[in-house]
Amino acid sequence: MFEAVDVTKTFGGLTALQRVTFALDGGIASIIGPNGAGKTTLFNVFTGLYRPDIGAVTFRGRPLVGLRPDEITALGVCRTFQNIRLFANMTAAENILVGMHSRIRLGLRDVLTRGRRFVDAEGALWQRAGVLLERVGLRGKGNEIARNLAYGEQRRLELARALASEPALLLLDEPTAGMTQAEAGTLMALLRRLVGELGLAIILIEHNMRVVMEVSDRVTVLDHGEKIAEGPPREVQADARVIEAYLGRRAATGRAVP
Amino acid sequence: MIAATAAVAFVALSSAAVALFPRSILVFLLFQGSLLYAYVARIPGWLRATLLGAAVLVLMPVIGTYNGYYLEVATQVGIFVALALGLNIVVGLAGLLDLGYVAFFAVGAYSWAIFGSPHANVLFGGTGFPLPSWWFYPFLLIGLTVAAGTGVVLGLPVLRLRGDYLAIVTLGFGEVIRVLANNLDKPINVTNGPRGITPISRPPLPLEVSYAVGFYFLALLIVVVVILVNRRLEDSHIGRAWEAIREDQLAAQAMGVPLVRAKLLAFASGASFAGVMGVVFSAKQVFINPESFTFLESIGVLAMVILGGMGSIPGAIVGATVVTVLNLQVLKGLSLWLNELKNAGVTIFGYNLANLPTQLEPAKYERMIFGLILVLMMIFRPQGIFPARRRQRELGEQ
Repeated sequence: MFEAVDVTKTFGGLTALQRVTFALDGGIASIIGPNGAGKTTLFNVFTGLYRPDIGAVTFRGRPLVGLRPDEITALGVCRTFQNIRLFANMTAAENILVGMHSRIRLGLRDVLTRGRRFVDAEGALWQRAGVLLERVGLRGKGNEIARNLAYGEQRRLELARALASEPALLLLDEPTAGMTQAEAGTLMALLRRLVGELGLAIILIEHNMRVVMEVSDRVTVLDHGEKIAEGPPREVQADARVIEAYLGRRAATGRAVP
Repeated sequence: MIAATAAVAFVALSSAAVALFPRSILVFLLFQGSLLYAYVARIPGWLRATLLGAAVLVLMPVIGTYNGYYLEVATQVGIFVALALGLNIVVGLAGLLDLGYVAFFAVGAYSWAIFGSPHANVLFGGTGFPLPSWWFYPFLLIGLTVAAGTGVVLGLPVLRLRGDYLAIVTLGFGEVIRVLANNLDKPINVTNGPRGITPISRPPLPLEVSYAVGFYFLALLIVVVVILVNRRLEDSHIGRAWEAIREDQLAAQAMGVPLVRAKLLAFASGASFAGVMGVVFSAKQVFINPESFTFLESIGVLAMVILGGMGSIPGAIVGATVVTVLNLQVLKGLSLWLNELKNAGVTIFGYNLANLPTQLEPAKYERMIFGLILVLMMIFRPQGIFPARRRQRELGEQ
């Protein structure tokens, strides 16, 4: 369904991504790696914010490189951001409605005449916003201004906003950052449900290893812009190069770490 | 109940007072204050609508028969309300700082001025112009289209700029339009340069009332349409996309909002309101020249939007009213009053005002006081008079 081949991205002299190949057909795949490994850069390439220097990205057989972010969203790939980027002064429900933008089939004429078509469509949108809020556990918070929500609620609202675009592939950039272990667990259960119910595919950037190991079907490890390991969580956990990337060479060669 | 009685009494008494003292600016201000009170007071919606409707539809024209100047003020307020609402879309909703907004007003004004006056004969030869005055009405649409088109043409190259950069480019654009209007009298005489164009035809009005009243109703009608369009745009996916762009452009695009299209639409909508009012303005003034479209006008409209409350329709309306009334009446009245004191040789704190040097003439305080008001507003109420409020909605929750 989703495939990235040989993605390379440099910023000046810095190589942020070096021939990264990544494919996903369903389920939850996690991307992990130390800070600065290029995880978010990879997301930015996937969602059209960056154009890769070399490499191809395809989704359902359609090339994504060169498309604008909004076009990619319309095709069914949506994301959340590492540092929450909600529309801070709009209500929670309005945030979700903006997420639906690419699915709204109303023209300027419908808006100006405000006929039956508009009223019905708009009513359905608000209805769906309520359903989505409920789904992420924000029931009754629809009229709250986004910036007044608690941190964990903002993260969940961002998830709901991304879901509003009816994606087939969801990219989540550190969705549990700042959450307690219990909150993170609830969120992961939700993600699992989404994969099961809606057939979503999810790519997760995550630092919380417990979350990663529990929820992922597959883990990809990036270090210095290169993919150094990929496979089921247990295997990756034991991989010498991964341990080296995280803890240093001595740990990887099996000597005691002080 | 008390509030309802108070609102009715306030509006009724103040309008009666205007009839009794048609020359007193203070009394007219009281009348405007009563309308503001009726708007904010805790009274039933139908009563508010009736009071405000009666005030603009009946009381204002009647007041106009006592003092025609007030009707002139009201018509000007109408023009600026439409301008402020247009700029409110661009700056308040979409967050695109436009410092050359008056250019679109100029485009609309010149489109009717050229064809609605004998000047078009100079341009095209022959004696077929001015167009019959009923052409004014189609020209409302033409002015709208031309201004919206200008908005798109300006928007296409510059909308990838952000914030300060966009502001500077729009400022430049505003000046370019003004300088063009000033210099396009040769080689082909399009705008007649600094001498301006006159006489511009005024539209035939179907009402059996005095021309000033008829024109007031015309402006009012357009303002009502503008408000309606504005509200419908704001309360739709288009308006939400604009606000999303204002809040976080990158996130908006990532959520599926096509940035260029949404911004162009904002620019074109804002420009079209200005274009329509430009046509009305040129017909009202009968004479226009580039002096009416200076940078200061753009700033004035921006001040209305910011003073009223960015992104808020009631804010833009009240902001436009307050600034226009300040400029046309309050500050003028103040400097006239100070001048009278000076001429009468009144002494304050042992100082005879008659000795005031000409550099300190009261008329020169007008701008200063206006500036002071702006500064104080921004310090003590930066969100504006009526800040935008989020609409509370019923959601599909059980």
